Order: sequence, then structure tokens, then C-alpha cells
Amino acid sequence: MANDVKPRVKVPKSAAAGDVITIKTLISHQMESGVRKDGDGNIIPRSIINRFVADFNGQNIIDVTLEPAISTNPYFQFDAMVPEAGEFKFTWYDDDGSVYETSKKIKIA
Amino acid sequence: MEFTRRNILALGSGAFAAASFAGMPAFASKTDDAIAAFTGGASVAEGGIELTAPEIAENGNTVPVSVIAPGAVSIMLLATGNPTPAVATFNFGPMAGTRSGATRIRLAKTQDVVAVAKMEDGSFRQAGATVKVTIGGCGG
Repeated sequence: MANDVKPRVKVPKSAAAGDVITIKTLISHQMESGVRKDGDGNIIPRSIINRFVADFNGQNIIDVTLEPAISTNPYFQFDAMVPEAGEFKFTWYDDDGSVYETSKKIKIA
Repeated sequence: MEFTRRNILALGSGAFAAASFAGMPAFASKTDDAIAAFTGGASVAEGGIELTAPEIAENGNTVPVSVIAPGAVSIMLLATGNPTPAVATFNFGPMAGTRSGATRIRLAKTQDVVAVAKMEDGSFRQAGATVKVTIGGCGG
């Protein structure tokens, strides 16, 4: 059920060295909780993204464990340090084993 | 202490506050279990962590919450009134700019949202917020 999963990430294009920047991420995913029932009373099986990781130049910024109580289309906002120019890497791990990745470059202004 | 009228009133309100505080953490023991699993049974202090959640959420399917705890290595979010209290755990790495995070969560009904932070010195801090939910967000 991992169709049309599209990650969206908002990162400033440039920052001063040593700045702290705010990053916003959103990924389209139905985050089926495993609690809901369909019309016939059968439980709809759980299908969520269970882990989200953000890295900068290979160093970890944040590692989030997600539970079914996270809303549809999981959204995260957090802050990162930018000591140098480089690349942010964002990774989402699905229950079904799929891994969704995206990355953003940042320049030092 | 002399039992003047003023003293008795002060005592009474204090006792009431204590009673209502004792009543509040009566949330499901699942929450206590989750906190104990996170802290390893260590005591949890108030303060040093700030949890921001709306007082009233029209739609329990997507309730914006944010948490900040300077000096935290990880923060766990719990929804005490959900069938499963665990919501998310933020673990901060060396490149984290601030020890904060924001997300959107599901709340089944009006309840307390609790954040527990593990600090760098190994201590634990806790903060809570009550959210009134108009439409619950767990389907079913």
C-alpha cells in the first residue's frame, strides 16, 4: 500500500556557517493505524512509516520512532546546525520494508 | 500554626490542589508502563521541558504538537487516552540545532498529552498538556 508516497522537504538554499536552520518535512502516506475497521468489521492491517532519519553530511540530526498515533502524511519540523556546505539526507522506513529517500543541498552564503 | 480562618482556607485549597493533582496521573497504567520502560524506573522531574499543544482540537486526526527540552538526548511523546499511548520518540544526533521537534498526532478523545525527556546527565523531565478533542481520530 505504498503507492504515491512522495516526500517533501523544505530546507533553506543557503545559510551562514554555524547557523541553526529549521527544516520541515512531509511525506504522503496513509499511516493506517491497525485499529480501524472496514465496512465488514474486519480490522484494516497496520501499515505505517515506523522510522524517520535526517542526516547532514553523514552525521545524524534526528532519528524519530513513529507509532500509529502519528497523523496521516507525517509531518516533522526540527532544527539543524550547518557548520559547512553539504547535503541533508532524509530517510523514511515503511512497515512493508520500503525506504523512501530524498536529499537537499545547502550552500554557505 | 494557629488555626485562624485564613490559615484554614489556605490549607483547604492546598489539600484540594494536592487531591486534584493526585487524581490527574490516574491515566491508564499503560502510560506509566511506557514511561517506566523509557526511564528504566528512574524518577521524573517537572520543568526543563516545554510541550505545546492546542487547548481544543477540532479534529483529533491531526493535532499539532511541539516539544522543546534544552539538553535532551531524546524525547518521548505519549497520548494517555489513546488505545496505545506511544506516539513518537525523537532521538537527537550531533547535528541537531535545538533539542526540539514538532509533528502532528492522532488523539482518540479528550486527554492529556505527555512528553518525557531524557537529559544529557541521565535525568528525566516531564511535561503535560490537556487537549480537548471534538472529533476523535482513531476511527473504529
